[in-house]
Amino acid sequence: MSAAATTGTIGTTAHSVVESSSRGKWLAGLVVVAYALITLIPLVWILATSLKSPPDSISYPPKVIFEPSMEGYVNLFTTRSRQTEEYIENLGPAETWYDEIVRKRNMVIVGPSRFLDRYFNSVVIGFGSTFLAVFLGTLAAYGFSRFKVPLKDDLLFFILSTRMMPPIAVAIPIYLMYRTLGLSDTALGMILLYTAVNVSLSVWLLKGFMDEIPREYEEAAVVDGYTRLQAFWKVVLPQARSGIAATAIFCLIFAWNEYAFALLLTSGNAQTAPPFIPIIIGEGGLDWPAVAAGTTLFLLPIVFFTVLLRNQLLRGITFGAVRK
Amino acid sequence: MTDRPSDSLTDRVARATPGVVVQKVRGLSDTAIAWLFISPTILLLLAINIFPLIWTVYLSFTNYRANRPGRPIEWVGTRNYERLLGSEDIWGYLQATAHFVVWTMVIQVVIGLSLALLINRNFKGASFWTTVILIPMMLSPAVVGTFWTYLYQPQTGIFSYIINLFVAVGPVDMIGSVDLAPWSIIIVDTWMWTPYIMLLCLAGLRSIPEYLYEAAEIDRANAWQKFWYITLPRIMPFLMLAVLFRGIENFKMFDMVVELTSGGPGSITEVASINLKREAFEKWRTGYSSAFAVILFVTVFGLGNIYVKALNKVKQ
Repeated sequence: MSAAATTGTIGTTAHSVVESSSRGKWLAGLVVVAYALITLIPLVWILATSLKSPPDSISYPPKVIFEPSMEGYVNLFTTRSRQTEEYIENLGPAETWYDEIVRKRNMVIVGPSRFLDRYFNSVVIGFGSTFLAVFLGTLAAYGFSRFKVPLKDDLLFFILSTRMMPPIAVAIPIYLMYRTLGLSDTALGMILLYTAVNVSLSVWLLKGFMDEIPREYEEAAVVDGYTRLQAFWKVVLPQARSGIAATAIFCLIFAWNEYAFALLLTSGNAQTAPPFIPIIIGEGGLDWPAVAAGTTLFLLPIVFFTVLLRNQLLRGITFGAVRK
Repeated sequence: MTDRPSDSLTDRVARATPGVVVQKVRGLSDTAIAWLFISPTILLLLAINIFPLIWTVYLSFTNYRANRPGRPIEWVGTRNYERLLGSEDIWGYLQATAHFVVWTMVIQVVIGLSLALLINRNFKGASFWTTVILIPMMLSPAVVGTFWTYLYQPQTGIFSYIINLFVAVGPVDMIGSVDLAPWSIIIVDTWMWTPYIMLLCLAGLRSIPEYLYEAAEIDRANAWQKFWYITLPRIMPFLMLAVLFRGIENFKMFDMVVELTSGGPGSITEVASINLKREAFEKWRTGYSSAFAVILFVTVFGLGNIYVKALNKVKQ
């Protein structure tokens, strides 16, 4: 980040100042690293729990060193039924490693669980709504960035204010509206809804990115005989590519994480992963490794994207107002 | 923000080019393009945000129940609002919300600002560790709430275990105890969102020009004076922005609390949104809960207005 250069330049002052400031730096680093490590404990613990056997996950004192097991992941992806020991002995030797894990608990796999469906729903709804939100946002942002629009500030405020709305407050009529239109519990309904939630962020962020693209490029293109639309398509869009990518990732993360609407408006068909993960506990009777496994698989993509986006985060969380 | 008057780009170019080209340049008029580009977004928001909102306002004056669609809707005037504001319980829910909002903001500002000041010292590896600290902020609040119920298990959880390493108090029942439950959600929110405050403070710190400190150095200002007269006023707009945004978000907090305590024990952590969900989707008192939704929305909208003003101020 950019401040390193500015604070590093006072090195020419008296020796004692440099000495104390380097010790200060060392101390500051120590405190920050300690805080970061504490922050990591819950995440590391969840990852570790996903690799524990159910008895290990509820032992006291908590086991830091344990024998890794894939039982959590197997339980996450399967539904099982309990059988008598004789029944299992009569089945003959287990054919796969996951059959073997399950049989040790006197169970047999009867089929896949619904986790993959829920995860797949999250992917479809996440990408679908992201595509739409970024598409609409790009057009609107260009409109606001380059043209004189009457009541521009009011419109922009209106767009942002829709994001402030408490989801539960509009959930009642949306529930009624979707029931009438046959959109409740459908992927299409959720895609439209998440697009509406994300488009505000998309417009504000992309307007910031577009404002940074010099107008001279388009003016030159227009002089060369491009129409305004051609200039937008062939000059502005390629310039805005990285901004559009960052915006898309933000929209994807928010759609991926959304819970309130998913809880209230979806059930058997279009349910996404966030309302499903807590239910895993009930299905397996305090099966924490399976919950942890689901959580791990759900959170890993976000951790990856967060690291990827680290330099744009500030922009994303302030709707493009704060750049660096 | 650069908002140069820009409507006349093609006009200006057209005036400067020979007549033959003008035809080609014009294509669509600027106004047409602007509305073509902006209106889909506005229409979508009108359909999925404003229309439902108006419907909520209408329902708040009726005795409608969404689980009995056949029943005729009766206009009841302001009765829902009177019942709402007259009920003692509502103040309890708002109090739970206020307790949550105020404490999370106070704690997160103190920790977030301190962390930002430390990170701004630019020790080796600062940017790596900053990224690590940022991770919880982007995670799904509902899923975070779920896995913290595991960490908070009184008999076997790691939270209770770590507390007992320092003070032997026996099993710590964060979620089940009336005294501790409000703090259980504050701790999780702090874990998740302190990075937000930190990141904005850091942006504020980095916007301060170095010469201000050099001038203060010449005037023999001590460290405390530098902080009080230079650093704090300069990062104040950023801090305000962070507190407003997080304050609004926490005022309508739902996901994390539902999964963590679902309002319990009793209704100790039943914050406004959770109560609203119960009234609307469990008791199906649609009219009554719509009135509550309107009140919440007006509050959030008012705060949001202040937030946007702060946003525009920081932008400049």
